[in-house]
Amino acid sequence: MTSLVIRDLEVAYGGVAAVRGLSLSVAPGEIVGLIGPNGAGKSTTLHAIMGLVSARRGEIRFAGESIRGRAPEAIARAGIALVPEGRRLFAELTVEENLRLGLAARPRSNGTDADLADVAGLFPIVDEFRHRPAGVLSGGQQQQLAIARALVAKPAVLMLDEPSLGLAPTVVDLVFSTLEAIRERGLGVLLVEQRAQRTVALADRTHVLANGELRLTLTPDDAADTDRMVAAYLS
Amino acid sequence: MTDLLASGLTDFVGDAVDLQVQVDAIGLGAIFALMAVGIGLVFGVMRLVNFAYGQLIMAGAFAIAFASERDWPVWAGIALCFAVVLALSLAMERVVFRPLRTQSAAVMLVATFAVAFLLQSIALLWFGPLGKTATSLVDLNRPVSVGGVDIRKITIVAIVTAAVCLLLLVLLLNRTSIGLHMRAAAMDFSTARLLGVRANLVSMVAVLIAGALAAIVAVMLTVQYPTVTPTYALQETILVLAGVVVGGMTRLLAATLGGFFIGYMSGLLGGALPSSQSQYLPSFLFGLVILVLLVRPDGLFTRHRGLVERV
Repeated sequence: MTSLVIRDLEVAYGGVAAVRGLSLSVAPGEIVGLIGPNGAGKSTTLHAIMGLVSARRGEIRFAGESIRGRAPEAIARAGIALVPEGRRLFAELTVEENLRLGLAARPRSNGTDADLADVAGLFPIVDEFRHRPAGVLSGGQQQQLAIARALVAKPAVLMLDEPSLGLAPTVVDLVFSTLEAIRERGLGVLLVEQRAQRTVALADRTHVLANGELRLTLTPDDAADTDRMVAAYLS
Repeated sequence: MTDLLASGLTDFVGDAVDLQVQVDAIGLGAIFALMAVGIGLVFGVMRLVNFAYGQLIMAGAFAIAFASERDWPVWAGIALCFAVVLALSLAMERVVFRPLRTQSAAVMLVATFAVAFLLQSIALLWFGPLGKTATSLVDLNRPVSVGGVDIRKITIVAIVTAAVCLLLLVLLLNRTSIGLHMRAAAMDFSTARLLGVRANLVSMVAVLIAGALAAIVAVMLTVQYPTVTPTYALQETILVLAGVVVGGMTRLLAATLGGFFIGYMSGLLGGALPSSQSQYLPSFLFGLVILVLLVRPDGLFTRHRGLVERV
């Protein structure tokens, strides 16, 4: 079972705790949402999993092994991919080169051509603009490329940090429908989002984070319950 | 007085356009360009200005002198030069660069100063202030006549070698996955690592390529300057560093052009200045550097940052 399990995670920036006592898990074929106001510790959680910031306490296990304290490239190569906030594409490199960088996380290069073609099927713009610098793409196209780049790494768990930020509504629809397709392929998804209602409706369960702590967990049934959603944010 | 000045100026300009001076200057520019690539590549990937780069060349030159004094065959001397420079490069990367990678640029620069002086002192202890002589390749200083112009063989060797090295490097950077990883690391190291690019591997490859270039430069410099002392290649390194800054530190092509430019100017001024005034050459060059930096602080060969770079 290649699932991601976090137990009692604590991350601090210079003595101030950004995340406290957080526990969650992501199993294959499951979408787990993480919502909450700005500064709640959502991105910090993803960064801690990815090894970009060090955890002060707690366990981060992936496929049965502890990955806490490993370098980001080792975690990527173990099978966790992050689509970072703001996409972080290489603007001067072409779309194709950006995509090929996603292959860096794969220990072996067999089957990569098929996977590149597969991702191009999922996101036609990737193929259409393959020779253009990534920097000239629109925001929505860049987001698609960023997700495509993460997918060619063939991760077991895909983490996304606010993928819908600043995108046009039609592109947001595309991102959310892509996530459903990804779930059907058996990947585990950990989704940090500002669009609370859509996230709750999509995810198998959604944790609400505030001040670095997990406040409550919502299921898709709660998506229609606006009062509960608002209460979750104001608690 | 004015006549004297005018005739001096005419001589100067006349010497500068002299074909032989031009070819020699291009040859020197080619060697400087290779040094600039070595410094620029490591800076690009690791954001580290390796001031000890000149001492790598010095060590390589001593290796050639060592072999030459023992009458080893030429290939053995060159092989020893590569072995010494590559081993030193690897050691530098493991012992100094890697542990300090997360430190600020200033800390790393000061550390490379320390390495530079350490290597220089070791050379002083081992070989003394007068150094050694590398004579195995001096035959390459003989001229060949090309279209009525006498050109030293080493100049041709330098130009061809530099062109081949640059071509190979461009192919490596643009056609291989390690090259792609190095370019990505140079643009945004933390995102590259996030994607699985191995920080240690790309740093090591960059340092090894820079080391190989230093070895090549050591071979070619000993042909022209066979007396190897502990301060060997020091002034060239400072000039190349200036050239790299003038060209534009953050872009490899710009840095390379900067290195070529300062080597070329150095050759041109060296050929055109009367020999009684050649000690003023570095002053001229650094004056030029200051002027360029005042006018174009981002570098001579960089474009202004456009929209494309801001994602």
